[in-house]
Amino acid sequence: MRTLVDRRRFNLLLGAGVAAGALGTRMPRARAANKITVLNWQGYGTDEAWALKLFAEQTGIEVVHDYFNSEQEMFTKLRTNPGAYDVALINSAWTSRIAEEGLLDPIDFNTVPNSADLDPLLRDSSNFAFDGKPYGVAWVWGMNGLGVRKDKAAGAQSLEVLWSPEAVGRVALYDDAITEVGIAALLFGESINDPKDMKAIVEKLKAMKPNVKLIWSSEDQWNKAFSAGEFDYSIYWSGAAGRSQKTFKLPVEFIVPTEGAIGWLDGLSVPASAPNKAEALSFINYMIDPKFYVQWATEVGAPASANAKAMEELPADDPQKLIHKTEYLKNLQFMSPMPDERRQAFVDAWEEVKAFYAS
Amino acid sequence: MSEPQSGAPARRGLSPGAVTAALVTPAYLWLTVAIFLPLVAMLVFSFLTAAPFGNRAVEFTGAHYLVFYNRPYLVEVALRSLALGAWTTGICALIGLPAALALSRAFRGRTREVLFFLVILPFWTNGLVRVFSWTMVLRENGILDDIVRAFWADAPSIGILYSYPAIVVGLVHAYLPYMILTCYLSVVAIDDEILEAARSLGARAPVVFGKIVLPLAAPGLIAGSVLIFVPVIGSFMEPRILGGTAGVTIGTVIEDQFTQAFNWPLGSALSFIMLAVVLVVFAVFSRALRGRLTLS
Repeated sequence: MRTLVDRRRFNLLLGAGVAAGALGTRMPRARAANKITVLNWQGYGTDEAWALKLFAEQTGIEVVHDYFNSEQEMFTKLRTNPGAYDVALINSAWTSRIAEEGLLDPIDFNTVPNSADLDPLLRDSSNFAFDGKPYGVAWVWGMNGLGVRKDKAAGAQSLEVLWSPEAVGRVALYDDAITEVGIAALLFGESINDPKDMKAIVEKLKAMKPNVKLIWSSEDQWNKAFSAGEFDYSIYWSGAAGRSQKTFKLPVEFIVPTEGAIGWLDGLSVPASAPNKAEALSFINYMIDPKFYVQWATEVGAPASANAKAMEELPADDPQKLIHKTEYLKNLQFMSPMPDERRQAFVDAWEEVKAFYAS
Repeated sequence: MSEPQSGAPARRGLSPGAVTAALVTPAYLWLTVAIFLPLVAMLVFSFLTAAPFGNRAVEFTGAHYLVFYNRPYLVEVALRSLALGAWTTGICALIGLPAALALSRAFRGRTREVLFFLVILPFWTNGLVRVFSWTMVLRENGILDDIVRAFWADAPSIGILYSYPAIVVGLVHAYLPYMILTCYLSVVAIDDEILEAARSLGARAPVVFGKIVLPLAAPGLIAGSVLIFVPVIGSFMEPRILGGTAGVTIGTVIEDQFTQAFNWPLGSALSFIMLAVVLVVFAVFSRALRGRLTLS
């Protein structure tokens, strides 16, 4: 038998590998005074090319990026690369923990004029506070709540619908311990960040077994399964629900249940070691500017802005505007910092529930 | 004595031992850096209270190795993972050995090359793409249902997405090439004359298969099984995407420890416990197999 990969083909493969490797390596960056470095998820607003061009024209400040793939990685980068970043996107559930280690600068809202339009509930969130001072500027927010099929479950009010007999085999849950434990905590009227009785929560979630059809972990998976009619009731992301309606024309309705929903809030912070603090604050000010947000939300797609004025300026029929009503904010419990042991307890509880579903 | 005019003067200076060392050093250096060192780091992590990143204080502890005692539900998860490994390996063997036999006996030349190419083709596609394409085939009202309904309009759905069998289908697809290739190497070496001798002595096909082909193919079957069983036990992508609520394996539990709980030590400890379990399984099997093989 002749060898399957002859030398010509081998060289081709080798060449492809080398090319891929070369593309993957990044050039080292030179730093200049009018250049700032932003640490964020990739493709999350701050790196929109059109926006950076506009910002550079207005201020002469060039913006470059470094990315992280998990909040843990972001934390590690801030710890181990002092002086490398001027702006960091931080989920508010982490802000006070990072501030506690002395890695962030407190924010003086006078230096960020657009912060006057921020919704006070979000701007003054206790998640940003450490030692009485704010360490982040509220940027965008969203909710994890009920996403249901319009013709099957429109008008559902309570989270109890997930346990109801009409939802047998028709429920999709989000594979996230913090969210699912939080859902049961909301039902019991407890704090989503520190529920008192984890045993009761595990039992309640286990009781949903006959109803649970699948456990989704990506927006794409949710969309495909929903459009194939695999489920009618789900725990879903508010921003994704808007995209499912707008982009995929799916008949999904996002509901903030009477028990409340789980909120998340992302903020922009300035590391204590940032070399260009004034430029960083001017970039943050631009990021919460309604002009930037409306273009980002309508042309690209974005979560809800923390800037109340920016939300008002969205077109009246914008799905994100219809879903993220400001009056919901007071019904939300926001994900907050938690110690490692408690996070482990959440994951253990959810793991036990999933093992029960699988058995 | 004069120097030889031609030949290999350079070879004379190197002892066979040095040549061997020069040949294996790059491979073992690479294995040390890429596999052994990270594995040792993980082993150390598994005895720490927290992953030693940043300026957190960490201490040594053996508590993570009591994970199955402290979380009894994981025993069932581990057993399900072992069963998943057994199902996948078994089905791969049932499909792979006949395929290898057919490839080595029934086809020659260009046809065989094309068929081989088709076996290896899945290796060259991204694993995630393969799994997602299965979701389209297996779901209710998916491609499989469409095909059936083209012949029988009112056929009930045979979509099995989000179930245990769906995971097995995805895993068999992913790992079947290993079994075909290892079995092929074994059966292609079987001398035709042995089979002819058996037939001329009156052995029917089942007897030839049981007494000659199977024992001679055993090394390939065993090698393929080892290559398949181990990664299947730790698989997490196929169970997550194809399994729905059934998609909980020790692999997904370990993944969650790393990505959701940020508890690297616990995830590492779980991995090393499973490694020990796998080694025990193989030790038991290899002893049983060795006994059988020497008998025959």
